[in-house]
Amino acid sequence: MKAQVTVTLKSGILDPQGKAIEGALKSLGVAGVTSVRQGKVFDIEIAEGDRASAEAMLREAAEKLLANTVIENYRIDIVEAP
Amino acid sequence: MKAAVIVFPGINRERDMARTLRLVSGHDPAMVWHADTALPAGTDLAVVPGGFSYGDYLRCGAIAARAPIMDAVRAFAAKGSLVLGVCNGFQILCEAGLLPGVLMRNAALKFICRDVYLRIERSDTPFTRGYNAGQVICVPTAHGEGNYVADADTIARLEGEGRVVFRYTSPKGAVTSEWNFNGATNAIAGIVNARGNVLGMMPHPENHVEAALGPTDGRGLFQGLVDHLAAAA
Repeated sequence: MKAQVTVTLKSGILDPQGKAIEGALKSLGVAGVTSVRQGKVFDIEIAEGDRASAEAMLREAAEKLLANTVIENYRIDIVEAP
Repeated sequence: MKAAVIVFPGINRERDMARTLRLVSGHDPAMVWHADTALPAGTDLAVVPGGFSYGDYLRCGAIAARAPIMDAVRAFAAKGSLVLGVCNGFQILCEAGLLPGVLMRNAALKFICRDVYLRIERSDTPFTRGYNAGQVICVPTAHGEGNYVADADTIARLEGEGRVVFRYTSPKGAVTSEWNFNGATNAIAGIVNARGNVLGMMPHPENHVEAALGPTDGRGLFQGLVDHLAAAA
């Protein structure tokens, strides 16, 4: 089974890197961008099992390590189920 | 003083810290490897030094905060013993849940390595008893992620409970955006936990302790800890 965990900054948390990327896009002449927020994507392969237990395990992974829930949100997607 | 300095892969300030602890206390600290599961018996100060543990992968301090030794440091803190985290050590203590908040990328996105000024907000902690409240000290800083952030409730609680111990200021002690070089919320440079036995700070007091190398303003922190532990013994 393959899954993806996406970690993004909570709204209201200043994102200096996103701001710098936003500025760079503007200076490259990429029109229409009003805001950029940077995040992380984790591609995770999981040993066989059912979908519910995979989601529970990924939630544990996100809570314990992948995201700092003080400043970040996470989303879990099972991208390829058996 | 019987100090223990925790050593993670990628840490690079542990020897500066050990040298300072030896210089001020007269005793060699124990160097404790991250994979160990216990602090040496009789330890009265645990120090998490600066550097780039695990290459700052994932988030600064995130992986070190989950290392085996950190359970021992958590238990040590829970019984009221003293824990000092400097720079990456501050980031690790936040990630480990021993201190609130998080250190984000500096507002100007630059790694900043220079002397900065800190105002001592209170002198009635084991970490600051070597100073006077309101005193301004000059210590070096070297970090890319020192921009302290926490939610509004946490900031209000830290301020309300007097848990902001160091603030970035001008040499005369004024809080201005110009002197708050990394953009930290309320110019916060160092905080303590609710019980007051765990301190995290971004700048490096351990690097300003010898007259041959410049100012000695960092010495007061370590002398204060030695005096506190001697008085408690």
